[in-house]
Parts: sequence; structure tokens; C-alpha cells
Amino acid sequence: MNLTPIFIIWYRDVLRFFREKSQLLTALFRPALWLFAFGMGLRPSFKNIHGFNYIQFVFPGVIAMTLIFTSIGSGISIIWDREFGFLKEIMVAPIPRTWIVLGKSLSGSTLAMIQGGCVLLFAPLVGVHISFSEVLICLLVMFLVSMSLTGLGIILAARMTSFEGFGAIMNFIIMPLYFLSGAIFPLHGIPFWLYLISILNPLTYGVDLLRGAMLHIHQFSYLLSSLFLLSFFIVMLTGALFSLKYET
Amino acid sequence: MKDLSITVKNLVKNYKDVQAVQGIDFSVNQGEIFGFLGPNGAGKTTTIKMLCTLLRPTSGEAFVGGFNILKDPMKVRKVIGIIFQEPTLDDRLTAYENLKFHGFLYGLKKEFLEKQIDKMLELVELSDKKNLYVKTFSGGMKRRLELARGLLHTPKILFLDEPTLGLDPQTRLHIWSYLSSLKKNGNVSLFLTTHYLDEAENCDRIAIIDHGRIAALDTPNKLKSQVHGEMVILKTENNEIAQTFLKKEMGLNPILDGNKIRVELQEAEKWLPKLLREIPVEVESLTLHRATLEDVFIKLTGKEIREEEGSWKDRARVIMRSRLK
Repeated sequence: MNLTPIFIIWYRDVLRFFREKSQLLTALFRPALWLFAFGMGLRPSFKNIHGFNYIQFVFPGVIAMTLIFTSIGSGISIIWDREFGFLKEIMVAPIPRTWIVLGKSLSGSTLAMIQGGCVLLFAPLVGVHISFSEVLICLLVMFLVSMSLTGLGIILAARMTSFEGFGAIMNFIIMPLYFLSGAIFPLHGIPFWLYLISILNPLTYGVDLLRGAMLHIHQFSYLLSSLFLLSFFIVMLTGALFSLKYET
Repeated sequence: MKDLSITVKNLVKNYKDVQAVQGIDFSVNQGEIFGFLGPNGAGKTTTIKMLCTLLRPTSGEAFVGGFNILKDPMKVRKVIGIIFQEPTLDDRLTAYENLKFHGFLYGLKKEFLEKQIDKMLELVELSDKKNLYVKTFSGGMKRRLELARGLLHTPKILFLDEPTLGLDPQTRLHIWSYLSSLKKNGNVSLFLTTHYLDEAENCDRIAIIDHGRIAALDTPNKLKSQVHGEMVILKTENNEIAQTFLKKEMGLNPILDGNKIRVELQEAEKWLPKLLREIPVEVESLTLHRATLEDVFIKLTGKEIREEEGSWKDRARVIMRSRLK
């Protein structure tokens, strides 16, 4: 089977990312801001969490944040392609819709992984020491999270008819997903309703796995988290694969 | 058996409350330029979308390149090229990259693709712009690049939805010269929609479509001869005498229309000198009116083709886009 169509869809997004210098800078600036401004600022107000200071605690969360924004953003970029007409060029090519989604999911997760990986390089700077095997685990978790969220982005984009809905997605999906994932505060000692929402958020388990691999602290068992994350991955990818309709 | 590029049988498309296409039948021969002429909203784009497998018909069937559009959409897509009404290029890529993307999407082999890219860029005279970003291109250049892209994978049938909409007259002529060269060189059939009457003249056959129905289908000349040949409109100092003369001496059928006389003529060039020499009254004015597709259109649909260039909504969208870039 000739899989070059999937490759070229992936390649276009990656090419465009590296060409847009401002995009690269933004991608690195946001996590840096969170780590150093937000993290440093909050550090004095937080008591040590299992022996880690706030910057160390929030570090896996900042990686998760990078993944969330980049992957959902990439998935949603389909609405831009639709708006500028380019989607028609793809939709009318002699390839199955599922290939388009695969190409897009792979490019979205590649970009998220590149940026998440860059943040990971900050680890020694904030005093988080990770062994090689732990890095591999982190990368695997990051990949699953990115693929799932790009899938979510594609599902959302497939249902949106214009980019006006982008702000709503930002408010009602991306922000809550991030804030209620245990990325920026530990999930104990918080009100029950908050806890309830957080454990329903599939991202919580991704964040927990990342924190487990980096800091060896985790709230849920590895098995439970892995199961939740894998199911999320399967549901999102399947959903995305069948989200692009016959008609544009 | 005739080699047909497109066969359409009773094709219908209903949207929620609109019947966009109400049962059309036609076929396109191989190597033919076939035009769909009609005002905006007549169902032209809907038809093209169904034939390109981007829209499911409500009922009826159609074969494109010999393949059923519903049962074999992938095979249909392989043998067609499409130029949409709105630009569909990635303008943050170069001309070359846009073509390469297309070639990979259609599974072309690398060596063939490179050769084909150069060949097509040459055809549309954009070879020197190969490595420039598409965002630097003018509207006409973009259109030409889309034409090159549509032909890149050597389709058997090329669909063009309003290929010259919004382009200046010079560029329109340019595009048409490429299209006619295609007809000369190869076996590509062209199916195009337009609401420019002068462009429809370039087609081998035209279907006039209005309110989702085909009102007439024939060659431009035959369509025009349906209306009338050539019409002479005369104003004389005494119309009654002139009318009698035209009827009795010339064997014509003049009609008094207000203070003018209308008379249908075949081969007006030949008849006019004789008419002017022999008519017994002073001729005050004379106009010769040749039948146009516009006349055909008016006769068939009872109205003129609206020459509007997109609604305010489209324009707002264009403005939005330019702001976003």
C-alpha cells in the first residue's frame, strides 16, 4: 500500500511549523513563563509537596499544558484549512478520510512532542532528575496524550463550521481540561466536586503518570492510570477517524 | 459504443428546504468542452460537487470516467482533476510545494512527479515562479497554478467551477487559451460551469441550467438559432410603407414594435445592402442584432443572467481572511 499521502499531510504541517519562527518561539515561551514566572511566584506560598518544591511539582503539569495546547490546536487547524479552502484539495483526493485523520493526528502529535520535548530539556534546570528509562516512559505517555488530544481537536473541528467557535473551545474545553487535571495543584484536600471533575478528566491520568515517572509521586495506581489513558487514546482516535464526513 | 466521460441520469439533490438540483440528465463526450451555464444559485456548483464525489446526491445516478460516483468514489477521484470556485492553495507553501503535495496525495512516483511539475508549470507559464510562496501570487497566477495542479495527475476529466470568476478580462483570455490548448493536445474532457456568456461560447456544448433544471442543451450555435437568426431593427419615416415593402418585395416577416420594425433575417450581411438600396422610404436608423446566448437564456428562463460577483457575505469573508493572514 502506498502510504505517501499520509506522509505528505504530516510533512506539510511539520514544514509549516518550522517555517513559522514566531510559532516556535511562542511554543517555548509559554512553558518558560509558567515555569519561571508562575512557578517561582507561587513557590513561597506552597509548602513542600512530598519533598518537592512547587516548580518541581508543576513541571510535569507544564509539559502536559504544552501538549494540550499544541495538540488540540493542531487538530482544530482543520477548520483553518477549511476556511482557506485547502481542505477541499485534501478531501477530494483519492484517499480514504481515515488517512487524512491519521496524517493530521501524527503531525499534531509530532508538533506537541517536539514542544513537550523541549520543555523536558528544562528538567535539570529546575532540579528534576530523570533516568533514561524514565524519559522513555515520559515520551510514551506524552505520545498517547498528544495523539488523543489531536484526535479530540479533529473531532471538534469536524463539527465546527467556522472559526468563530474557537474561543468557545478554548474556554469550555482546553482551559478546564488543563486546570482540572492535577497539573497545577495536587488533588488532595480539595472540595469533593472539584475532585470528582478531576477524576473524570482523562488527562488527570496522563499528568499523574508523567509525575510518577519524573518525581515518583502519584495519586492513582500506574495500572489504573495506564488503563484510563489507553482507553482515552482509543476512543479519541476512533472518534477522530470517523469524524470527517463525506461532505465538506 | 460512444466513449462517454460523464453520464448523468435523473440526478437530484435536496437540501433541507431547497431543491438545488431537480432531476438532470446529460452526458459529456470524451475530449469535449462541456459548459454549465446559469445564474448564481442555479445548481451548478451542487452538480459539480456531486460529480466530484464531495456531495451525495439525494437520488439518481452518475458515472464519471466510467465509474459510479456512489459505488466507486475513489476510482472517480483518480481520474478527475478539479478547480474549485474558491482558491484551494496553501499560500504558505511555494508553488512547487503545492504541486508536490498534490502529487504525493495522488500517489505519483517521484521521478514522474518532478517531470510533471516542470511540464505543468511551463504550460501555465509559471516556471520562473516555482519556488515563490503562493501568498505573493496575484489572483490570476493562483488560478493558473490551480490549473497546473488540477492537471498534474493526468486526469481524464477536468472539472472547473467558475474558473475565471473575479479575474480581469486579460487573465480570463489567458486561462481560456490554456483550456483550448488542452483540447487540442489530449483526451481531457472539460466540464465547466460559468455565468459568463462569452465564455460559454467557447464550449462545444452547453447546458443551460436554471432553478436546478436543464432548460436546454446543445451547441452554442444551435442554441442561438433556436431564438432567431439575426434581427434587424429599423426606424423609417413611414413604417407602414416599409413594412409592406419588406413583406411583399423581400418576402420577410416584419413586426411593428412601437415606432420600430423588427425583422428576422438569415445572412444579414448579404441582404442589408439590397434592403437599403430598394426600400422606398427614408431609413432613420438601423441596428443589426445578432442572437447571443443571453437571448437564449432570456427566452428559456424569462430573465437575464445576473452578473453579480458574489454576495456581501463572500466579500465579508474575503476581508476577514485578509485580516487573519
